[in-house]
Amino acid sequence: MISDLFSVTVLIGILASGIRLATPYLYAAVGETFSQRSGVLNLGVEGQMLLGAFAAFYVALTTGNLWLGMLAAMIVGAVMGLAMAYVTVNLQAQQGISGIGFYLFGLGMSDLLFQKLMGTVETVKGFPRIYIPGLSDIPVLGEIFFNHNLLVYLAYLLVPVAWFVLNKTTLGLKIRAVGENPDAADSLGVNVARVRYFTIILGGTLSGIAGASLSIALLNVFQQNMTSGQGFIAVALVYFGAWRPVGVLGGALLFSMVNSLQLWMQVKNVPIPPDIAVMLPYVLTILVLVVTVSRVRAPSALTKPFEREE
Amino acid sequence: MKKLLQSDWVSRLLDGLLPVFATLAALLVGAVMLLFLKVNPIEAYLSLWDGAFGSANSLAETLVKATPLLLVALGICISFRGNVINIGGEGQMIVGAILATWVGLKFTNLPGWVIIPAAMLTGFLGGAIWGGIPGFLKAYFSVNEILSTVMMNAIAVQLMNFLLRGPMIDPAQAELASKIPQTARLIEAFRLARFVPTRLHLGVLIAVILAILVYILLWRTTIGYRIRAVGHNPHAAKYAGINVKRYIVLSLLLSGAFAGLAGAIQVYGVNYRMITDGSASGFTGSAGFNGIVAALFGQLHPILSIPASILFGALLVGANKMQRVVQVPSALVIALNGLVVVFVVSSEIWRRRRQRQRLAAVREEETASKPGQVQVAEKEAKG
Repeated sequence: MISDLFSVTVLIGILASGIRLATPYLYAAVGETFSQRSGVLNLGVEGQMLLGAFAAFYVALTTGNLWLGMLAAMIVGAVMGLAMAYVTVNLQAQQGISGIGFYLFGLGMSDLLFQKLMGTVETVKGFPRIYIPGLSDIPVLGEIFFNHNLLVYLAYLLVPVAWFVLNKTTLGLKIRAVGENPDAADSLGVNVARVRYFTIILGGTLSGIAGASLSIALLNVFQQNMTSGQGFIAVALVYFGAWRPVGVLGGALLFSMVNSLQLWMQVKNVPIPPDIAVMLPYVLTILVLVVTVSRVRAPSALTKPFEREE
Repeated sequence: MKKLLQSDWVSRLLDGLLPVFATLAALLVGAVMLLFLKVNPIEAYLSLWDGAFGSANSLAETLVKATPLLLVALGICISFRGNVINIGGEGQMIVGAILATWVGLKFTNLPGWVIIPAAMLTGFLGGAIWGGIPGFLKAYFSVNEILSTVMMNAIAVQLMNFLLRGPMIDPAQAELASKIPQTARLIEAFRLARFVPTRLHLGVLIAVILAILVYILLWRTTIGYRIRAVGHNPHAAKYAGINVKRYIVLSLLLSGAFAGLAGAIQVYGVNYRMITDGSASGFTGSAGFNGIVAALFGQLHPILSIPASILFGALLVGANKMQRVVQVPSALVIALNGLVVVFVVSSEIWRRRRQRQRLAAVREEETASKPGQVQVAEKEAKG
């Protein structure tokens, strides 16, 4: 019951799984941050995640090599990103709607391949937990922070790296310039199309990894529509995080903590119907969008195709 | 002059055929994918065609599947014309269906001619509420409607699962251990008339009539003009004295309402109860998404959305046969729909380009004709 929820072991469990559950959001949302900072809204994240999850799982299952699985997920994500880049940069298609098209493609394609190549739900032995001598042994903190698999740690490492690239490098400057004022960037000799290609493909690759983190590191299965909206939530987290990697981290943690709490409430039979509990993170996302979006300004060129004046 | 008109005619025809080319391209890509999966694509597509149009009954099934697509597509025509992207069709269908089902299960002592219209109206209202909320949030809090409608979908699914497993569960299921999430069946007096022996129901007619009404709304009324004006250029619309925020809410609200009606008709015309497998598509059959595809294919035109919906309804029905005959999972159709969307929005660039060319040609014509007019005028003056 409710009092059960506040024992030390349960609290540790909630925090530890909250940190783990943030992993796919971090990869996908940091990738999306890059593409949105360059002015492109990629709504196909969910589809990229699904195909990435399938590719990673299938390759890991058939070869027994998790790293090959990772590679497959990255390639699939990058190729989806390349297609998205061509459609939005060269053909200047409406970004929101083409993203939905890529989502439907990923949804159908991953399901088709799953049924055709596997047929039944199988499991793989995913990335193992890493034991860090010393740190993992610290009581409470060790269990919460230092008892995870490699992909979890890499996801958190990605945040400072993304911050550094966006704010402290020439590449980051170009990305931000292209997202704020592509005409000015162009007149200063920045290749707008090339920068956007780079960020969208990077975003696709990271979305592929996000899918892989679900299928070969956290859940270790593949099922139809296994991401169940996480890709869309990742896009929402970019708005929530005000287009900054650190903000995205905050959003991902808040979101996954609520999710983790909800899962533990079900485990501990707290008298709230599970369907209503599952609803919580989505309601939270909408509320959070209401509070944050009107305060923060989006990149000026977001969703606007760039056409060079001849 | 004549040459200009001719090329104009050809380029307009090409514009109209763009979605067809886009679909052919999607089918071609689909064929390549099938080859990789060692399936003969010609055989697969033939069985798909046969399943969709092979007999009177399969044709009726195609129309049954096309009905919710058309209703959702009508809503999409309104919102996309208003430059509001409604991805929440799934959730709006669900909420509309929940309210409509509740009406039918609650007031069993009233006659059918009262309950059926009342249920359609509550379905319409339910969808309007579910679409109106993200509309309100977009207009007054600038919350991206794509994200909020996706979230509203997820919330609606959970609401449906909660109600169909709890307060609204079929009493017969409540006693069983299986507990399939479904409501009790509607009494016979409340069911939409069918063209027996098929499952084709009155809802098809309702949808077609509404398509005409939506056309009138969009192009023959002030409200429709304003929705399109806001979608075309919100700043200009604002200077013209249009309350832009109100029309953003209205276009999403109306869009949701049509999806809600689709949900209600699904219950009253097809299943006679609300039933799911725990996912959104378990109830909607993904009509909330496929309706977007149909509307885009129909160039966001209510009347053109009719054949577009039939086409995508046919794909869905045919996919079942394809799954049985050549063992290609029907998920292929979802992937194909995604490709159609991508190709249709990508092909817009050619339409825009030709539009620009046409404008340039007209301008050239005007400037070229002016000196001529002057000469004629001079001659007349002399004569």
